[in-house]
Amino acid sequence: MFESKSGIFLVAGLGFFFLAFLSNAIVPALMYSVTDDEVEAGVSTNLANQPEKTVEELINPNLRYQFEDLAMRFPEQFKEVYGTPENADNPDEWWNEKCAEALTLGHKIYVGEGCWHCHSQFVRPVSNESKRWGPVAKSEEYENELQRPVMFGTRRVGPDLSREGGRRSNDWHAVHFFRPRDLSQNSPMPEYPWFFDGSPAKPNERGLAIMTYVQWLGSWLESYPLYEQYDESSVLKMNIELEDAETVLQEIAAEQAGDSND
Amino acid sequence: MSDAQATSVQDIQEVPDPKTLVEERLVIWYFLAALTYLVISMLGGLLMAFQLINHNPFSGIEIFSPGRWRMVHTNAVAYGFIANAFLGALHWAVPRLTLQPVLSRKLSYFIFAAWQIVVLSTAVGLLLGQAQGLEWGETPVWIDPVALLGLALVAVNFMAPIVKLKGPMYVTLWYFIAAFIWTFLTYAMGNFMPEYFVNGSSAGAVGGLFIHDLVGLFVTPIGWGLMYYFVPIILKKPIWSHALSIIGFWGLAFFYPLQGIHHFLYTPIPMFLQYGAVISTIAVELVVLTVVINFFGTIWGDGRKAVENLPIRWFYTGIVYYFLTCLQCSFQVTMTFQKLIHFTDWVVGHAHLVMFGVFSMWIFGVMTYLFPRLLGVAWYSKRLCQWHYWLSAGGILVMATDLILGGIFQGYSWAALFPWEESIAISIPFWMVRVVAGLAMFLGLFCFLFNLLMTWRLALKTNAVPKTGQHRAEPVAAGA
Repeated sequence: MFESKSGIFLVAGLGFFFLAFLSNAIVPALMYSVTDDEVEAGVSTNLANQPEKTVEELINPNLRYQFEDLAMRFPEQFKEVYGTPENADNPDEWWNEKCAEALTLGHKIYVGEGCWHCHSQFVRPVSNESKRWGPVAKSEEYENELQRPVMFGTRRVGPDLSREGGRRSNDWHAVHFFRPRDLSQNSPMPEYPWFFDGSPAKPNERGLAIMTYVQWLGSWLESYPLYEQYDESSVLKMNIELEDAETVLQEIAAEQAGDSND
Repeated sequence: MSDAQATSVQDIQEVPDPKTLVEERLVIWYFLAALTYLVISMLGGLLMAFQLINHNPFSGIEIFSPGRWRMVHTNAVAYGFIANAFLGALHWAVPRLTLQPVLSRKLSYFIFAAWQIVVLSTAVGLLLGQAQGLEWGETPVWIDPVALLGLALVAVNFMAPIVKLKGPMYVTLWYFIAAFIWTFLTYAMGNFMPEYFVNGSSAGAVGGLFIHDLVGLFVTPIGWGLMYYFVPIILKKPIWSHALSIIGFWGLAFFYPLQGIHHFLYTPIPMFLQYGAVISTIAVELVVLTVVINFFGTIWGDGRKAVENLPIRWFYTGIVYYFLTCLQCSFQVTMTFQKLIHFTDWVVGHAHLVMFGVFSMWIFGVMTYLFPRLLGVAWYSKRLCQWHYWLSAGGILVMATDLILGGIFQGYSWAALFPWEESIAISIPFWMVRVVAGLAMFLGLFCFLFNLLMTWRLALKTNAVPKTGQHRAEPVAAGA
């Protein structure tokens, strides 16, 4: 067997390969697989066993907020790329559709530009990483179309991005993509002027898409965005009673009025 | 070696002339293609290296995007340089070992053309931003089926002469047979599974398995197969221990494919699978030790040849680096080391030490040995051959040491929660040394290319361009 053609072909070549394939690929795939019954019932025995989400299912209020923010900050460019809502009565559908479009293209750019070779997308439970980035990565976060293939990454020249959404404004990202060193001194990140029409104030289709993608990362978390003063998620705020929301808005308006008086 | 060959041939008198068996022109073509892609790859590596120290001369030009060139860098090395060089060496070694020609010469040329199209379209696809999100599987999705077909044809073309062989086979052919199947299966698994069938953490597991198997089940077995072929031939003596050869092959075959998940430790992939990958990785280091001992047993008593004979020096330097990189791996794969060094330049140093320090060095050795035989003239300049060796061997040692050390600094600065900018500032000196080391390696390659050009011109003067089956005077190889 050890030196014969059939032994090497069947045992080493096929046998050992499939043994490894079984233990290293099939086993985890089965552990995370979902049966059709579970999908129908909408429940699963294990949080990690979730059906794969489509891009449309990934859009959440946090991301929508950022996407609409892009429309306000870069109105001309946004209108040029996505147009305006056709049905004024029910603009939600339009916004979600365009947001999914941007997210899909953004993901393609993230992969095509090789962003994932210098930025990881998972927080490990060691090396103080949860202090720096936020909650440790969970399996269910990766059960979606945009993690096909998974964007774990293997090198961090720049920081992890899986909790980046909402951390910085779209303006910041526009300037940073255009010329990173204007914002972070010594940054080794390449410049991406081809995401813009000549200036950071004019992101093109690709610019709007990559910013949408970056703002999506981590937008599904409850503790979002991840900086100290904003620990409450706007997802949670959406659940507040409408009356409460109005009072909150009034308070904010009053605060702003106070600020402008100073 | 000679025993195995003798028993595999019924009648020694019937041994055909190797020159009629080997399509030498194709070997040259493969080697030239390999060297072309190595130049492209190294230019991509240099571009990224200059970007990291903020001296990218092409900053802001889309087609020179360092992120895209980084992918060209790794893919051109794997599929352009190493695969082409291996195919060239296989066209030399397999017919000579089996005393049978490959299945079809026409098929050989077709594969050559198809493979160049695959690699070129990969490069073009990557530069146009069409990558697929998997390390070493970035090949745009529409090229994957063509590449897979090419790999299947390669297997058929080389398996034909091996199947005709009677009696026990020599070690080299064990490695080659296994590599043909493994490469095909690995490529299919890595390029189709995470893209179409699994997602999330399970895709991570498959992705880890793919990048690992590509090194372990394609590059490693063909590399060692070539060492088992060329080392005894040049030293003119058999491999020291046949038993150790068997342990080395079967140990690699069993343990190597089980380790894929060690690329993604501390991810949401189930822990028991991560531990399994760690244990089998440490097991394979012991297997590697047996192979290294076997090769040192073989050269024992002929130590001078590692100094005087240039191909042997390339081979044994690679073997020493292989031992070092595997030793490093058995540490870095533990959870303790992973905490610190994962995501850092330590891993980048490891990858360069393996791909350049070991497999590229072996390929350079094979080329240094074969080009004079293929062209029918001795090397134009032995001194340039020496420069190639020292710049490559020294450059990679400096680069690997520098990156491994830099990785430790990065790891500690992250764990200490320094601001991110601090960890960049800490890395800059290491990245500068890396540029210098990379330039040295590139200069070494330039010496080799210039030497090759001059040798070629010499060959044109002394004899006609080599043709199939033509008889020429045996040349004097460099240092041999």
